[in-house]
Amino acid sequence: MREIVVISGKGGAGKTSMTGAFAHLADNAILCDLDVDAPDLHLLLSPQIKTEESFLSGNEAVIDPDRCIGCGQCAELCRYNAVREDADGYRIDPLACEGCKVCVALCPEQAIDFPQKHCGQWYVSDTRFGTMVHAQLFPGEENSGRLVTLLKQKARAIAEEQGLDLVLCDGAPGIGCPVISSMAGTNLAVIVTEPTPSGLHDLKRVAELCDRFRTKVAVLVNKWDINPDLTEEIESWSTGRGYTLAGRIPHDRAVVDAMLERKAVTETGSDLTPLLERSWAGILALLDS
Amino acid sequence: MIYAVASGKGGTGKTTVSSSLAALWDAPAALVDLDVEEPNLHLFLNPDLSSVEKAWIEVPEADEDKCTRCRACADLCQFKAITVMADTLLVFPEMCHGCGGCLAVCPEGALFPGRRELGEICKGTAGRHRFVMGRLRVGEAMSPPLMRQIRELFPALAKDGDILIDAPPGVSCPAINAVADADCIVLVTEPTPFGFHDFKLAWEAFTPLGKPMGAVINRADLGDSQVTDFCRDNNIPVWAEIPYSRDIAQAYSRGEIIATMLKGLEPVFTTLRDRMRAAARKEATHA
Ligand code: SF4
Ligand code: SF4
Repeated sequence: MREIVVISGKGGAGKTSMTGAFAHLADNAILCDLDVDAPDLHLLLSPQIKTEESFLSGNEAVIDPDRCIGCGQCAELCRYNAVREDADGYRIDPLACEGCKVCVALCPEQAIDFPQKHCGQWYVSDTRFGTMVHAQLFPGEENSGRLVTLLKQKARAIAEEQGLDLVLCDGAPGIGCPVISSMAGTNLAVIVTEPTPSGLHDLKRVAELCDRFRTKVAVLVNKWDINPDLTEEIESWSTGRGYTLAGRIPHDRAVVDAMLERKAVTETGSDLTPLLERSWAGILALLDS
Repeated sequence: MIYAVASGKGGTGKTTVSSSLAALWDAPAALVDLDVEEPNLHLFLNPDLSSVEKAWIEVPEADEDKCTRCRACADLCQFKAITVMADTLLVFPEMCHGCGGCLAVCPEGALFPGRRELGEICKGTAGRHRFVMGRLRVGEAMSPPLMRQIRELFPALAKDGDILIDAPPGVSCPAINAVADADCIVLVTEPTPFGFHDFKLAWEAFTPLGKPMGAVINRADLGDSQVTDFCRDNNIPVWAEIPYSRDIAQAYSRGEIIATMLKGLEPVFTTLRDRMRAAARKEATHA
């Protein structure tokens, strides 16, 4: 089984629109949206949910006011300043609590409970391009890699079951925990970037991460004609690092128009279709090389 | 006053708005890039960085001779960062959240504080403003502790004027923590299905904080009216609309600050600035 993760470092480079097009062009793929914080792929694929499950992860501390004697030990020990003292006594700010259990373990009155946290929902759905695995984290939850890892495992298992040989993932943004989890065990990272100073900056940072994972990289420049000089710079930097170029896509309203129609850009008969077909063919060739 | 520029989704123009506000903020302020995974504000403001300091998190180190393998530390650690395997104590510093719990529970005093590098904190000036940014080390998974160290600078910075925060995108814990200190939140979005979906999530996530909030609609004429309809129905003021134009996209791609480079945009951002101030002030007098 092979796995492609589309990432961008920077948000808004067009990662999800490109993934949507590849999802349309791919045969025998299972789709997976790893951007669990702000997932968008479902807006293009209109999934019919088949199974829905709760994602439980970690625990959070809760002080029971009846058992608390107000000694303040917990506030002293907490390194996250999550214990607040107000007129009603001590309480824990759930936004600041990291779930480390230190206060729970060291409270002399054992007045602190430690319930499990329900952090979001995850789904297996049908789409017109095949099965899709996706999730929605509740606002304010820690965007842990755990949910990303769970989705990938699920997608791989379903691919196995259905005899599909490709897992196509819309990766997590950034370079922190979620994207590190989305890179694990992947065969190819497609980095979608745009010719802006932030695009180049973030490409360099996320590329470093790919190199660390020894992941093959293909670079796709979106909106290339906004700044042809910078596009050249990005491309020569990329080839200099041994990356394959997956093509250039011009800035085109067709991408937004497709989004408004809830379609992949390759489904709308736009001029971008042949370009994206060529990019996808190149990506598949690299994957198998 | 502390102002945060946030967005449910990356790439909606948060940095465009932050850099333009910085250019038009007519009193010395502190510009803080809290998007530590992908700090971009410096690319537009070209600050003079007078100090770049490494940021650390405390992680345990073990004194093998004192350790009796009692497992008290391993039983406590919620992040599997310390464990006893066969007869060896193992510490995985990259998984440690620095809670200090293992040090506190070890009955033998066998653990002592060591450290792991989180990234760096850069300070300097950008024109008349102070500038602070955090940058997560590539390969480091945890952004909240680095953000926390920057937020600890806020009380000192606030003494000298306003603070403008460029918040990380998204609606998870780092994004909420970044706006939690603010007196006023600006939510940047765009009128596309992706933009609208993420805008709604962000609005739902930030509303419980009870701060004055307004929207900036970027590429305002590009998509549909879902965002404006939603703002109207939920009484979210639209503080600015930035039209879609190729000139703006090109100016941005050259690393320019659009409010000062393009004629016609300056009033959009001065109005935004004044509306943010009014909202924060109103909130302050209420409280
Ligand atoms: S400091 Fe906390 S997170 Fe780190 S190893 Fe000790 S118990 Fe675990
Ligand atoms: S608590 Fe202290 S003595 Fe016990 S296993 Fe951990 S380091 Fe060793």
